Amino acid sequence: MRAIRLSITFAGLLALWQLIVTVTAAPAYMLPAPLDVAIAMVERPALLLQHAWVTFAEILLGLLFGTILGIVSALVIALYRPAKRWLLPVLVISQALPVFALAPLLVLWLGYGMPSKIAMAVLIIYFPVTAAFYDGLRRTEAGWLDLARTMGATRGAMLRHIRIPAALPAFGSGLRVGAAIAPIGAVVGEWVGSSAGLGYLMLHANARMQIDFMFAALALLACFGLALYFTVDFGLRRLTYWQREQSPFDD
Amino acid sequence: MQGSFPNEEQTAPSVILTGGHLRFAGKEVFQDLNLTLAAAKWSCLLGPSGVGKTSLLRQLAGLRAEDGEMEGTVAAGDGAPLPERIAYMAQQDLLLPWATVLENVLIGRKLRGEPIRPQDRDRAMAGLADVGVAEEASALPATLSGGMRQRVALARTLFEDRPVILMDEPFSSLDAITRRRLQDLSVRLLAGRTVLLVTHDPMEALRVGDDILLLKGSPARIQPPLRPTGSAPRQEDRDGLWPLYAELLKQLGAAA
Repeated sequence: MRAIRLSITFAGLLALWQLIVTVTAAPAYMLPAPLDVAIAMVERPALLLQHAWVTFAEILLGLLFGTILGIVSALVIALYRPAKRWLLPVLVISQALPVFALAPLLVLWLGYGMPSKIAMAVLIIYFPVTAAFYDGLRRTEAGWLDLARTMGATRGAMLRHIRIPAALPAFGSGLRVGAAIAPIGAVVGEWVGSSAGLGYLMLHANARMQIDFMFAALALLACFGLALYFTVDFGLRRLTYWQREQSPFDD
Repeated sequence: MQGSFPNEEQTAPSVILTGGHLRFAGKEVFQDLNLTLAAAKWSCLLGPSGVGKTSLLRQLAGLRAEDGEMEGTVAAGDGAPLPERIAYMAQQDLLLPWATVLENVLIGRKLRGEPIRPQDRDRAMAGLADVGVAEEASALPATLSGGMRQRVALARTLFEDRPVILMDEPFSSLDAITRRRLQDLSVRLLAGRTVLLVTHDPMEALRVGDDILLLKGSPARIQPPLRPTGSAPRQEDRDGLWPLYAELLKQLGAAA
């Protein structure tokens, strides 16, 4: 049922796209028709895939490192009072700086290769993951902790058996946001300076007026972004299996 | 599990609070309060809202005040350390939603870093059978009714096997029939332990209590205990509870 709904939405968007192309009679170098993009995609699959791998790897590694860094930071801030006082402002300042403005610096420091793009993705993911997980760790139901104290619980066991599981739904919200925005970091990094990746490919296709090819790269990126989001979402649902789905329509 | 406590080595001690003191928002809620929970008896603490009943129970349980400052000394009548001999039951069942019913009963061992042995599992299952939810052992708490969840909480308390039980309105969110069943069950399963039940319901206190304590006034004081005759769980008409009920209501009304 869900698959059918998704297919209809997808077909509808394609039809709308085609309609705009037909009605506005936009030239192919401004807005290519869906079919042209599909042809561009199958014409040079090796080139597309070769660059796609680079970008996908950057996104996945960025998400991985960003998530690990976020989890560790949130735990440290939540568990050590001095860390909270000193690190929380740093966290906020790190977000006040526009990450995009840092892209040229990161390329300068880390080079044209993958590391600067991974660093971009990490920077972008770090804040939502840390903030959400920290928030979850802070809001543990007080009664559970009281009960644990009367049972003679150790601090570590309370963290492991109560506070972390209780914070998982909040962590999930942060990670979902992270998964949705991770591609931005990688692609922006590639635009600023790179020798490979879908962002690099798009920039070059754009400069050579190969707009259909640029769209092909964009479509591939969108597909990967969607797949990543749904995979993460699926994994998180399994991780927080006890959470019942609630929808505002149930009220 | 019935009759498995108290065992020979361990008998339930009395619990004594001396110099209990609670300040809230610059006001003395109670001061120089002395309270004794009789050994192996049910003490029920009644009183109007805001008189410090929950704070008093938290003090006995060794928990921090939710708000305000507390002072006082809590000791066991036999002089041995008290904290590891206390089990706590709250108004909410406090079941962990990600753990199955059985895991919830066993949670104390996990939290103390103790291994879960086959005999622990057996004892937990026996406890669940005693409270009548053995079939739900592998279910998640969210699938159970409020009454069943509180039964699981009771099984968890039994599993901890502590001689002193502190209960803060554990049945107040249940419907009248379910509440009566749980009162009867608790009286049966917790026999031989020193129990403090904080409650809003005078009839609940009369049905299950050996000593009924009234906390009232400003600053609040404990009134001399009322001791209904007959053995708990008492029946309203058979054990002549209605006149006592009226008397308690009058006292609580006067205190409000």
